Amino acid sequence: MTLTFRSVSAIALAIAFLGGAAEAQTIKIGVNEPLTGAFAASGTYVVNGAKIAADEINAKGGILGKKIELVIEDNKSNPTEAAAVAEKLITSDKVPVLMGAWGSSLTLAVMPKLMEYETPMVVETSSSGKITTTGNPYIFRISPPSAIEAAAFKGIVDKLELKKVDFLVINNDWGRGTAEDFSKMMKEKGIAVGAVETMDQGAQDMSAQLSKLKGTDSETIIVTTAVDQLTLIFKQAAALGLKKRIITTGGSQNPDQIIAQAGAAANGTMHLTTFLPWFPDKTPNPEATNYFIAEWKKRGFDFAGCTESFRGYDGIRTVAAAIEKAGKAEPAAIKAALWDIKIKGLNGDIVFRKSGPVGKESGQSQPNVYLIEITDGKIGMKTL
Amino acid sequence: MSEFLQHLINMLVLGGTYALLGIGLTLIFGIMNVVNFTHGVLYTFGAYIMFIVVHQLGVNFFLALPLAVLAGWLLGATIELTLLRPLRGSDIDTTMLVMIGAWIAMQSGTLWIWGGVAKSVTTPFPEAPLVLGPVSVSWLRLFVLAAAGMLIVVTYLLINRTKLGCAMRATFQDQDTASLMGVNVDLIYTSTFAIGSSLAAAAGALLGPVYVIFPQMGDLAAVKAFAIVILGGLGNITGAVIGGFLLALAEELGAGYVSSGYRDAMGFLIIIAVLIFKPTGLFARSERVG
Repeated sequence: MTLTFRSVSAIALAIAFLGGAAEAQTIKIGVNEPLTGAFAASGTYVVNGAKIAADEINAKGGILGKKIELVIEDNKSNPTEAAAVAEKLITSDKVPVLMGAWGSSLTLAVMPKLMEYETPMVVETSSSGKITTTGNPYIFRISPPSAIEAAAFKGIVDKLELKKVDFLVINNDWGRGTAEDFSKMMKEKGIAVGAVETMDQGAQDMSAQLSKLKGTDSETIIVTTAVDQLTLIFKQAAALGLKKRIITTGGSQNPDQIIAQAGAAANGTMHLTTFLPWFPDKTPNPEATNYFIAEWKKRGFDFAGCTESFRGYDGIRTVAAAIEKAGKAEPAAIKAALWDIKIKGLNGDIVFRKSGPVGKESGQSQPNVYLIEITDGKIGMKTL
Repeated sequence: MSEFLQHLINMLVLGGTYALLGIGLTLIFGIMNVVNFTHGVLYTFGAYIMFIVVHQLGVNFFLALPLAVLAGWLLGATIELTLLRPLRGSDIDTTMLVMIGAWIAMQSGTLWIWGGVAKSVTTPFPEAPLVLGPVSVSWLRLFVLAAAGMLIVVTYLLINRTKLGCAMRATFQDQDTASLMGVNVDLIYTSTFAIGSSLAAAAGALLGPVYVIFPQMGDLAAVKAFAIVILGGLGNITGAVIGGFLLALAEELGAGYVSSGYRDAMGFLIIIAVLIFKPTGLFARSERVG
């Protein structure tokens, strides 16, 4: 028995040494995403997209002569965990750069850690305005903040003949931020804003909120949350006989999943999204989009996840471009290099512009925003 | 007015399932005096069994329900035999810690087997709701309400009208005397825990298809079940049923007329009030002591 234990620990030691030796041959990138909890579906898609980017880069020989290695950690859809995971990735895995953390509240929780350890992070999904306006120079965001979404949506409100809208948003920085930015834009356009209802991120029954919205005099409901809660909302709205127009924001809708899970209840709904996997030719970078979608399908992933996973793909490519430009895998050099990169993302060029208080600006890229509509279980594009 | 009616209908549908969650736990927590942290996991387990049986084995939805209940019964019996039986007679803290461990282990198990991404179960019910004037309700939810009601009645009759129920009540009032009267105490412990567990699995099997299924779905359900049991008075089946409907009413009206952001807080505000003014629960019989 003792012998077995000894040989086991000897093997473990040997593995640790080998692992240590292998470590120096790779460049590590920390990935901080929700793989369990309320945003599990979305976070898993992003990670799978990130893996496609890493494999593509490594197949071409890696960067600076080394392979890249994703160190993936689960932040459990929980801000406290997200901060802890960031700390672990930086101090224990010694990653020089992070990508994360999907949700706005998760990213906001990570941000002080980035300041503390002076490590940059590419933000791939979060849309709360606060992330790039509070003066955190380690933040580089490739997803649109809700104000950009609202601005893009502004062009179409006349065509949609909006008169009065209600909101149903997830009760966190993302949802409340969206309600604020969209309300401001609506008021500028002379559209009345009615009720603003919220729901907890883990809530499964929104019947009470929907019953209330059914009774108001608004004709449209703007809904902001992730795909799992969205499918429940569509099903429950249909069960309550709620016939108002529903428009979702945030780009985490996975419209195909909504069609599959909510069926007829999804018809007539509109979604602000940041990627067009259904129409590769209409995307800013058709060649890369086709490659990505083909690779996604080849790996047996659900097509519905494309609208989410492309962020992980673009995020890792952004990080890799910065490391290459920096010439070394060190936090300060990568941070400086992020300002100088220009890569063709699946949703437009990724170029960081300064955002936030002078002297400690965050980087914000300006991605495209699209509006799609589901009709008879099919996705169609609306011109914004 | 029609909004209020809709809230009432929602309350009925939600309350039925809360009641089902409550009676399962009141048997275990109230009568057996085991602080059962695995209740939520059994709820999750029931939902996943539905998913497996309907989607992976291709069995009919209505046939899958009793299978999920049976699976919950078996898992409950296993937990009692392997974890609780060796601990019988040890103090409540030890049992509680073991149950917390079992909860975490089982939840991680579901995560390991099925992953964190939510699954959904398709049902044979039509998507179009039943419309009754100004209010409407989905057929699936009506079915869930009816099934929950049936399970509640069966459980009530089982505890209050059968020999087994009589033996259960006797055992947890005075184990030694019950044993002297010829009651097989070991069997009663196992069957009570198994019945309570199968009710949790039934709630999960019924509600899984209404919502989505994921490993942590049982956590909020368990918290609500504890709230309902405390609201209704420990070990009181009628109390748990009324407690379930009260919690649903508080949530519906709270979200509808106060603030939806505080929906889940409403129920707990009521519980704090109940604990301050009537610590034994709203419907505890006056003779119940300790």
